[in-house]
Amino acid sequence: MPAAVQCAGVSKGFGGVQAVDNLDLEIEAGQILVLLGPSGCGKTTTLRLIAGFEQPAAGSISVNGNLVAAPNVWVPPERRKVGMVFQDGALFPHLTVEQNVGYGLHQRDGRRERVMDVLRLVGMESLSARMPHELSGGQQQRLALARALAPKPDVLLLDEPFSNLDPRLRDQVRGDVLDILQSSNATAVFVTHDQEEALLLGDTVGVMQYGKLVQLGPPEEVFHRPASHFVAEFIGIADFVPGHVDDTGLVTEIGVLTTEDRLPTGVDAEVMLRPSDVAIYPFVQGESEVVDRAFKGTHYLYSIALPSGLVLHSLQDHSAYYRKGDRVSVSLERNRTVTAFLRGHGGTPDGLGAPLLAHTETSGPNWG
Amino acid sequence: MALPLVYLMLRAVNAGSLDLLLRPAVVETLGRTLLLITSVTTASIVIAVPIAWLTVRTDLPFRKFWSVVTVLPLVVPTYVGGFIIVVALGPRGMLQGLLESLFGVERIPDFYGFPGAMLTLTILSFPYVVFPVRAALWRLDPALEETSHGLGFSARATFFRITLPLLRPAILAGGLLVALYTLSDFGAVSLLQYETFTWSIFIQYESSLDRSLAAFLSLILVVVALGIVSLEVVSRGKSKYYRSTNGTVRPVSLVRLGPWRWPALALCAAVGILALALPLGILSYWTMRGVLAGEPLLLLWSAAKNSLLISGLAALVSVAAALPIAILATRHPGWLTSVLERMAYIGFALPGVVIALALVFFGANYATPLYQTHVLLVLAYLVLFLPAGLGATRTSLLQVSPEMEEAARNLGSGPLRVFASITAPLVRPGMLAGAALVFLLTMKELPATLILGPIGFETLATSIWSATSEAFFAQAAAPALLLILGASVPLGFLILRGHR
Repeated sequence: MPAAVQCAGVSKGFGGVQAVDNLDLEIEAGQILVLLGPSGCGKTTTLRLIAGFEQPAAGSISVNGNLVAAPNVWVPPERRKVGMVFQDGALFPHLTVEQNVGYGLHQRDGRRERVMDVLRLVGMESLSARMPHELSGGQQQRLALARALAPKPDVLLLDEPFSNLDPRLRDQVRGDVLDILQSSNATAVFVTHDQEEALLLGDTVGVMQYGKLVQLGPPEEVFHRPASHFVAEFIGIADFVPGHVDDTGLVTEIGVLTTEDRLPTGVDAEVMLRPSDVAIYPFVQGESEVVDRAFKGTHYLYSIALPSGLVLHSLQDHSAYYRKGDRVSVSLERNRTVTAFLRGHGGTPDGLGAPLLAHTETSGPNWG
Repeated sequence: MALPLVYLMLRAVNAGSLDLLLRPAVVETLGRTLLLITSVTTASIVIAVPIAWLTVRTDLPFRKFWSVVTVLPLVVPTYVGGFIIVVALGPRGMLQGLLESLFGVERIPDFYGFPGAMLTLTILSFPYVVFPVRAALWRLDPALEETSHGLGFSARATFFRITLPLLRPAILAGGLLVALYTLSDFGAVSLLQYETFTWSIFIQYESSLDRSLAAFLSLILVVVALGIVSLEVVSRGKSKYYRSTNGTVRPVSLVRLGPWRWPALALCAAVGILALALPLGILSYWTMRGVLAGEPLLLLWSAAKNSLLISGLAALVSVAAALPIAILATRHPGWLTSVLERMAYIGFALPGVVIALALVFFGANYATPLYQTHVLLVLAYLVLFLPAGLGATRTSLLQVSPEMEEAARNLGSGPLRVFASITAPLVRPGMLAGAALVFLLTMKELPATLILGPIGFETLATSIWSATSEAFFAQAAAPALLLILGASVPLGFLILRGHR
């Protein structure tokens, strides 16, 4: 079975700025891919290239095994069987809900049945005679989805479809859309700048920076094993603790880690820690201090200043309650595998070496 | 579009020299023109801003009624306004007649010249400021004013510190229209004998065989027009108008006028009477007198038919030409399209006299088969009023977001079907509005029709002109009334659309 979408060496620039730079990407049928990145990273351009609204300067794009864009091939958007859901819906304001959904169905036969099927799928069969402006924000977004699904596209592209909804509605519509996509077994590419949304929706998450795909993988892997400093910081709270390698392992201010491959002694590294990797214990003689506390409803996020001045974040549940100024002891949670970057082995854009795995202690006291 | 103008310039440069420019007559004309422009523009703003504010933001009684009444003066052409001033306030006019029979007054202050021209032009062009200011007031986010109140500023201080500065672009845009309207006005200044450029040019053109001086004066007029436009352009930003789906505008709480509503009503009533009731009353009176005296009405019908046909044709041609330009300008921006669009706006700044002259030179020398035909006349209307058609079409096209067209492509429709099923239906109301505006403007247009109309081609405008310039007021009244009624139809359509 061919890949639903395949991009090979695709580039696209706008007036000297390389929006998409030599991009390779493959999406399997039935999969949901989320492209994530800061604004201007090229994620929307990638979507528009697949849809056929932009023409690549180099490289080739295939949809469902058919070449749609290459140096001598050009299939216009209307013949690509690619559906698109726009940020603000782009609903046709002069057409009813039913006419909007039916717009992409060119055969008269069975049009009405298909329209009603799709409207039922998105839970809007009773609203078919309404005009788009008579719908709520969530309904408008579901209509946009229904309209894109109606012609049964090979791939569905969604450009920040939830960013104009208010947060409560967003969670609900996002859940609905995910259900609909999964129940219709659709292949979909989302674009978003919201890392939480990316982790929630994607079977696969692709992180983009400066027009390049810097990491592609399952959400858990992208979160815990970031390929670079940039990915680590973009996808959640990340603290970097400096360390150096000696006989005992990778030594940091809050503990010693072991690595699979023996590293040359004397090398400097940075260890990436998520707030859940950092343990704190009350300790009156401790040299670390609680400098901030943020209540997140289900848990607390503490900011802890180490003796060196470095501030780390630590996630704690309700049972652990500290005040600002409390003295604590800081260590690494046991049995964790975290990511470390060697210094001076440039390779990623931030001048750090390729990521490697480091393990915290498996037993023994946890006092720092 | 620019070709006739280039020719006009060459012609003017051939004739012109510095000492022509420095002739006292030319300098004096320039002074008079500038004086008229500044005073009419200032007076219009002073009248229009309070009226716009009163009709949008206060509990003024009969607000809806006044908001319609205060834009209706747009249907009265200046040559009709000028003629009414002469009839009503002139040396042997109705006011003097009334005063004589009551009090034996034999002379009233002379209204010819500057005072008459200024009064006429202000009363008939201030709606150009009311329109944009009112629109800006509707769009104004009430939260801004509320924030100012919250920061401890009184209603008055808030108006001057927040509201007025936010209205500035709208006031400037309206002021620009009034200034250009005054600059290009031909009817009022010639009837009231205030010699500005347009009138001098027309006299030069009519009276002398050598038309170089007319061309030269036209060139100065063009320079003044461009100067006014560039003043406004400097103050204008670069904003995009794509429809934003979010943000519902809350209804504004109206300012209670209290006892102030009486002077407010008086202001609106005075403007309404001066600009509408008085002209209509006088015209009806003279029409009745004419009908009772057995004036033949036959000529009137053919003039009315000509007016309708040529205005309809101009509206059709302008909108047909506007659509492709608007599509290019909004969908394929680039230096070439922006040059094209700017060129289309030339007519916006240029007086009808100048464009007519340019086309006369052009037609007589290079396009003789077209000279003295309806084609050249429609071409002049196209140059003059394409901006009006283009503006309306462009605005409505900007509200159709490109994403909507992309969505349609994406759903399997080729470019042609997308245009027919999505773009065209959404742009149609804007195009209709543009057509209505061009129709209205063409009905009222005088100088180009006078200069370029084929021999024997009478419209309502030209028959009013020929009657008034020979002081046959009874003969002018009937076509003037008909013209105002005819022009009210498209304006009524525009107002209804605006209120939807």
